[in-house]
Amino acid sequence: MNGTFTKPWGAIRKTKSFKDIVKAMWQANPISKQILGICSALAVTVQLNTAIVMSVALTLVVAFSNLAISSMRHVIPRNIRIIVEVAVIATLVILADELLKAFMYDVSKQLSVFVGLIITNCIVLGRAEGFALSNPPFRSFMDGIANGIGYSSVLIGVAFLRELLGSGKLFGYQIIPDMFYELGYVNNGLMVLAPGAFIIIGLFVWLEHTLLNRKS
Amino acid sequence: MENLISIAVNSIFVGNILLAYFLGMCSFLAISKNMKTATGLGLAVIFVMTITAPVNWLIFNLLLAPGALAWGGMPKVDLSFLKLVLFIATIAAIVQGIEMVIDRFSPALYAALGVFLPLITVNCAILGGSLFMVERSYTFSETVVYGMSSGAGWALAIISMSAIQKKLRYADVPQGLQGFAINMITTGLMAIGFMLFAGISL
Repeated sequence: MNGTFTKPWGAIRKTKSFKDIVKAMWQANPISKQILGICSALAVTVQLNTAIVMSVALTLVVAFSNLAISSMRHVIPRNIRIIVEVAVIATLVILADELLKAFMYDVSKQLSVFVGLIITNCIVLGRAEGFALSNPPFRSFMDGIANGIGYSSVLIGVAFLRELLGSGKLFGYQIIPDMFYELGYVNNGLMVLAPGAFIIIGLFVWLEHTLLNRKS
Repeated sequence: MENLISIAVNSIFVGNILLAYFLGMCSFLAISKNMKTATGLGLAVIFVMTITAPVNWLIFNLLLAPGALAWGGMPKVDLSFLKLVLFIATIAAIVQGIEMVIDRFSPALYAALGVFLPLITVNCAILGGSLFMVERSYTFSETVVYGMSSGAGWALAIISMSAIQKKLRYADVPQGLQGFAINMITTGLMAIGFMLFAGISL
């Protein structure tokens, strides 16, 4: 039983893409290690719902912008590369924005300007500039996915804590039983507000640094 | 007039673009180590926001908004989906233009702001300001005030952060908490401080 499961798993673990993903989630996490793209990470994490939609949108935008820029890397002139990159990213973000408005209108209202702000999210431009310009399309695409997952892991972690502690819910469903409230449990209102996000992410990074340092 | 004052106070203190809307965090964390550079970047942001927000307002209301092209004989055209790409292009162009003008007419100011201007194109506070201006459907004069005071709010936040960091150097911070983590928590405490302004009614 075990053997059949470990074999493909072992093969997957040896691929470059898998290593990229692990690296982006752990040693080189875009948010907590490279300090990129924090703006949106904080603003959309009041609810798990919005955090997950935002993560998916960002992951797809990074992956496809990497793919596009890496396929064009031999024809983009060096001195106007930033403009080309921004144009590609902005086009993808408009697509994402329009799709959200069409199919998930409520969520897109909650995300408000933050989907548009993916354009200036340093992760996307950073990966395009730092990775896609010097690597073949498939690896760049996987790198985009990997960094998207690294970003999502922090975003979803923070959103989980903020929604649970701030409003006692997950995905909008009440998790903390009514009994607790009757016994005097009170939701932590700070978590819903802006300062809660800063403090949670600070503690999150503290935990991560401590765990990583212990390992090495 | 009263309306304009309340927009100004609101965007500097209560709805501070950095501490309440989290915009411009990247450069905020990267540049706040040094008081002098923080002040330079803060001034540059005020300057650029005061110009880009009204310009983007004009672009949006004369070209992109639903029905805005009525003057060109196309009252049914709605180009508002193009706002993202046009706004960022305008910001990049204006920043580049400002850089050249300053370089030509005031070398001293250029020496002070020069390094920071290119950084500003990717500062989400600038694009965010323009997008908020559309979302809240401000009028032109409101947009001018909003742009300037959001920039001022951002500058206030980064300058006070760099002052706090200067003092923080003497503090004994636990090992894993050093650097990014303690900065985030400090920013959180600052945000709590700024929220207190919400209780003041004018």
